Amino acid sequence: MKPKGETVLKRVTEDFMGDSGAQPGLSAEPGLASRAPVVDIQGLSLTYEAADGPVYALSNVDLQIEEGEFVSFIGPSGCGKTTLLRVIADLEQPNGGHIHVNGVSPSEARVRRDYGFIFQAPALYPWRTIQKNVELPLEIFGIPKAERNERSRRQLELVNLKGFEKKFPWQLSGGMQQRASIARALSFDPKLLLMDEPFGALDEIVRDHLNEQLLKLWDKTRKTVLFVTHSIPEAVFLSSKIVVMSPRPGRIIDVIDASHLGRERKLEIRETPEFLKIAHRVREGLRAGHSYDD
Amino acid sequence: MTTEALSLPARPSPRKAARRKEGNAGPVFVVVLAIVALWYTGTILMNWQGTADAFARAGEARSTSEILLATMEQERPMLPAPHQVFAELKKTTIDTPVTSRRSLLYHAWVTLSSTLLGFGLGVLLGSVLAVSIVHVKTLERSLMPWIISSQTIPILAIAPIIIVVLGSIGITGLFPKAIISAYLCFFPITISMVKGLTSPDPMQRDLMRTYSASLAQTFWKLRLPASLPYLFTGLKIAVAISLVGAIVGELPTGAQAGLGARLLAGSYYGQTIQIWAALFGAALLASLLVALVGLAERFLSRSMGARPA
Repeated sequence: MKPKGETVLKRVTEDFMGDSGAQPGLSAEPGLASRAPVVDIQGLSLTYEAADGPVYALSNVDLQIEEGEFVSFIGPSGCGKTTLLRVIADLEQPNGGHIHVNGVSPSEARVRRDYGFIFQAPALYPWRTIQKNVELPLEIFGIPKAERNERSRRQLELVNLKGFEKKFPWQLSGGMQQRASIARALSFDPKLLLMDEPFGALDEIVRDHLNEQLLKLWDKTRKTVLFVTHSIPEAVFLSSKIVVMSPRPGRIIDVIDASHLGRERKLEIRETPEFLKIAHRVREGLRAGHSYDD
Repeated sequence: MTTEALSLPARPSPRKAARRKEGNAGPVFVVVLAIVALWYTGTILMNWQGTADAFARAGEARSTSEILLATMEQERPMLPAPHQVFAELKKTTIDTPVTSRRSLLYHAWVTLSSTLLGFGLGVLLGSVLAVSIVHVKTLERSLMPWIISSQTIPILAIAPIIIVVLGSIGITGLFPKAIISAYLCFFPITISMVKGLTSPDPMQRDLMRTYSASLAQTFWKLRLPASLPYLFTGLKIAVAISLVGAIVGELPTGAQAGLGARLLAGSYYGQTIQIWAALFGAALLASLLVALVGLAERFLSRSMGARPA
């Protein structure tokens, strides 16, 4: 995890841009062209001071994300994909560039509770039952008890955790815990879901299963999802758009449209030529962006 | 919520718990037996000279075995035998009415009341300090050295000062002793609570930030519940040393009542059996208090879904 406190995060002059690898060439989906993008990023950069000099976590990043998209961020560790997601969530402060989330600054969007964040780990509070964990944001937002119960019931049903309401987190498997954390993020019905390698710690069988469920959820709820991963099949399988990133400095090197794979996908599509073609392009991008000088 | 959590299959079955207890009984019994044996040996060795001398002064010639038995029946032995201490304990608790000044229960109650008041004050002071230290960064640097140095001063040195100073402004009796208890026991509470309140990991804290939770909400819904396991460790230490504080507080004043007064009176008049009985009384009281805190911890951690150990 990157150091997040403002004290650690020293603002560095914006003069480092180098040879920008960013490619803004994103074509908005035709039907949505008239609407304002959910996430609008221009020339974003973030540098922080480490013990051995500045680290260019993000450099000159341009990105537009339209409503209803499922966007994956893929790249090797240190490419800034998690940092980018955290900037959108107002958990990190950029040094330069412009960023708008739902037309306002990330901090305003956070205060408005525009997004639900799903972390690498479930981050459930161990002293709360699953139901109480799902109701945590609702308690904070001051939603009355009856409605809290109704919403948590509905969300737990949506992630197939019906019957586990009264269990404590340790009594559930890792995959079930992560599903509970998704239910928690969905409980206050944010339009935007930010997911930071949510299935990274799970085994492949569970991950496949959750990927299918997540896709169904996305299709059903019509939310905009931003999904950080380091798995190529996962990125291609889930996404309508794949953002390939590269480290040192963290930047976007390719944006691949995968919407032609459709909204409803079965795991079997991973064997199809279209799927493999996209996966190949992602792999090429990752290879091109990888600096071999270290 | 709790009742269902208690009936989960993952909890250890009563049979398993019984087996665990069985496993403990043997070693515990052996240790107790060893301590008693050691104690009797000590009693014989330490009282031998005095007993033999007393017989010699009286001009009575006794056999070795008679002296041996007599070492365990002295009125003012150097080291009383276990059965003498327990006879004294029984006499001063069961056979004496609680209202009597000779009742150990009466003295224990006097000490207990100031222990509990001191513990209460210590918990209050300790948690207020911990909460402030966690929320105000500068307080950690400015307060911590004072908190630590407060514990390096010997309590025996500071106890009379507190008693005299408070006495001079007309505060006597229970309260000064409670202050000494509080002075001793706030420390482990502050330390453990600071540790507990800062224990939530970055992800758990980031989660609160994504909800734009207020400082108070983060405190009540995250920091405080996360701190409780740590806090209870501190509370167990605190309640035991709170009792020590109350006893120490009774010593310099020549208090008329309390376990400390009982200890002091015993040593004035060479009543070793009384001293030992008071010591045992204090030890039992401390164990009882620690057990009560432990019970509260068990109850609370169960309702908070703690995984059974």
